[in-house]
Amino acid sequence: MKPAPFEYHAPESVADVVGVLADHGDEAKPLAGGQSLVPMLALRLARFEHLVDLNRVGQLAEVARDDGAVLVGAMTRQASLERDDHARAVPLLGRAAPLIGHFQIRNRGTVGGSIAHADPASELPAVALALDADLLVAAADRTRVIPAGEFFAGNWTTVLEPDELLTAIRFPVWEGRSGFAVEEVARRHGDFALAGAACGVTLRGDGTIERAAIALFGMGSTPLRAPAAEAALLGRRGTPAELAEVGQLAVQDLEPPDDVHASSRYRRAVGAHVVALALSAAVREASA
Amino acid sequence: MNELPVSMVVNGEPRRAIVEPRKTLADYLREDCALTGTHLGCEHGVCGACTVLVDEVAVRSCLMFAVQAEGARITTVEGLAEPGTLSPVQEAFREEHGLQCGFCTPGFVVSVHAFLAANPTPTSTEIREALSGNLCRCTGYQGIIRAVERAAAALADAPRP
Repeated sequence: MKPAPFEYHAPESVADVVGVLADHGDEAKPLAGGQSLVPMLALRLARFEHLVDLNRVGQLAEVARDDGAVLVGAMTRQASLERDDHARAVPLLGRAAPLIGHFQIRNRGTVGGSIAHADPASELPAVALALDADLLVAAADRTRVIPAGEFFAGNWTTVLEPDELLTAIRFPVWEGRSGFAVEEVARRHGDFALAGAACGVTLRGDGTIERAAIALFGMGSTPLRAPAAEAALLGRRGTPAELAEVGQLAVQDLEPPDDVHASSRYRRAVGAHVVALALSAAVREASA
Repeated sequence: MNELPVSMVVNGEPRRAIVEPRKTLADYLREDCALTGTHLGCEHGVCGACTVLVDEVAVRSCLMFAVQAEGARITTVEGLAEPGTLSPVQEAFREEHGLQCGFCTPGFVVSVHAFLAANPTPTSTEIREALSGNLCRCTGYQGIIRAVERAAAALADAPRP
């Protein structure tokens, strides 16, 4: 047995989960799919007196259409994003999912777990940021809605308080002639990306870009939007030359991490490349 | 000590035990059920040697606690075929020499069972992608890929149950 001892709670309702969190504060941690938390416990990088298992809370695993959006329960398995009928209305979810770990990981790993874990190189936080998703949060005495743009505070850090639980994520559905893509470069399939981008575009009837979203991951301590690059796309058609330029614009002010896997400079080059690739695929899809 | 009762069905057999919550499903299967076919390489979710089926879904048993499997049906590598026989996947691993030292083999075999059940006619790219979650430190991947191709062909020829 590698993890340190803990007391195990297996509540069956959100009310009971947040009750346990209220009682124990930062000595308690919600256990979602366990694909990041359990390795951290095994390596003793983290230790909690109480683990609150969310796997018996059925209401956290529901996916539903919700007035111009798709409401994805925090305990929705990553694997189910590839086949859920409601989730299909948000194509970035199904495009991001196959890039997460391996199929055995996705069978267990969850959407809410990935977002609350907030690894800056992971895909779903970037998808939430690109789409301006709303994160629904509950505590014993309150609820609140946090825009994705205000949720990520740093490496593996969010603005969630210890007594708060991420219960669902509301991903807006883009109507019209829209296209989406996620591109990343990783050393091996399933590894965390050295750099990646999640992008969406909507075209006007004349083929010019009306709306664009670009979120980068692996390029900083949180997923990052690229507002200047998004603005530069408006009114353009997304020719290869334009997209290459926009890719450069998206990364020019970033200071990506410098580590054994890649230098900062290399990550910036890869970042520009994946932005251009993802935008190109998104424009192609929107034009089809 | 802080211990909890847990009951589950392992390879068709009902099992009950009292375990510490921090005991992983992998340790429970190996130590309490004496099913040592489930191997532990890294014990933090990277190598895939501990892959088992939980309610028919392939997962890392080192990343689940035994108490989380309460009420579940578990299939380990020992439960993939009747005792003394080999499943088509196991047969194909033998025929294609899909192993060298054999340590990683149980994880590969269980993963391939789940993969071919979901995708009976995979392309060679899909096979490589499906195998990416299991590490073979002998690097015997070519034989393993051939074994998956052979198993898929054998399952396609076999009458549907």
